[in-house]
Amino acid sequence: MNPGNFVALAVILFVIGAVGVLVRRNAMVIFMCVELMLNAVNLAFVAFARMHGQVDGQVVAFFVMVVAAAEVVVGLAILVAIFRTRRSASVDDANLLKY
Amino acid sequence: MVLAASTATSTTTTVVFWILAIVSVAAALGMILAPRAVHCAVLLAVVMLSLAVLYATAGAPFLAAVQIIVYTGAVLMLFLFVLMIVGVSAADSLRETIRGQRLAAGLAAIGFLVLLSLIIGHAAIGPASGAQAIYGAGNVQRIATLIFTRYFFPFEVTSALLITAALGAMVLAHRERTRPKPTQRELSVLRIASGRPAPLTGPGTYARHNAVDFPALLPDGTPAAVSVSPVIAQRPGAPEAVDEALREAGGVLPSGPGGSGVPGSTAHPDGEDTSGNGREGPRS
Repeated sequence: MNPGNFVALAVILFVIGAVGVLVRRNAMVIFMCVELMLNAVNLAFVAFARMHGQVDGQVVAFFVMVVAAAEVVVGLAILVAIFRTRRSASVDDANLLKY
Repeated sequence: MVLAASTATSTTTTVVFWILAIVSVAAALGMILAPRAVHCAVLLAVVMLSLAVLYATAGAPFLAAVQIIVYTGAVLMLFLFVLMIVGVSAADSLRETIRGQRLAAGLAAIGFLVLLSLIIGHAAIGPASGAQAIYGAGNVQRIATLIFTRYFFPFEVTSALLITAALGAMVLAHRERTRPKPTQRELSVLRIASGRPAPLTGPGTYARHNAVDFPALLPDGTPAAVSVSPVIAQRPGAPEAVDEALREAGGVLPSGPGGSGVPGSTAHPDGEDTSGNGREGPRS
């Protein structure tokens, strides 16, 4: 299988995730779209590792997974804290810094 | 013989790739289109599992296992737990609040896609390397060797990051108690003062059938609307069921207009009390 196909799939998934971040307003869904973008980048790393015949790309993808896990933990904790005070998970309602 | 076997493997890989590519792109599109966050989480699980299989076919069995264990197992379950806290029934309204935001986002996405496609088109992405030996049984050993030699310092920094994230989550999720914890005596006083000291009747008790959207019958034969959960009473089909029960019993609702008039917030006096603790923050 040509690694170029993997990279093309990664690009498509990344763009879909970016559109989700731009369009959706539920903070949970935005987080999920960010996860989708991270996964797409991981797929590109694996494809490049395949292309070069080395496992460095897989190690980097592993680190990306670790950082993504930490990001999700902190992000969801922030989300729960916001929901507790404002009773909403919509990013439109978190507007205290707007004016 | 060897050539034929490798061709068959390559064909299998190609077929698997195209199936999973279609499945994952469709699931990702569904994820950004589904109004409910739970559906988004399930579709994201589909994408992640597809990617795990793709990793396995691309010669990364260790990453495939980690993808399933960490992403699908841990991260998505964390998402679902928080969804249950935040409110699983709240659907995202798909009405756009900023005019032209969808259009602008779509145009930006197309531009971004073209940009990335051009970059990929110009990059020299060659065929898969012939070094197949490192992808076989020695994959995990190769990754371990790299992590503990060349990438040792980033690996140690990762541990600090994980500890910091755990501490941060504990600090952020912690809630200071702003009023003393109500004692059992105070709770019982509140319960008596609320006018409903006994626990609520379950739905369907003594009624014609015991569905959860079917109100219980009181000793005098009238249906008790408070026995139906307000979440269920708001569903599309539920008011008809309540009306049907009412017609059957020939009675009227004890309180509230219509079939869905279920006084949900006054039904749980102590639940109301504990939810009032979180009101220290909002300023508007």
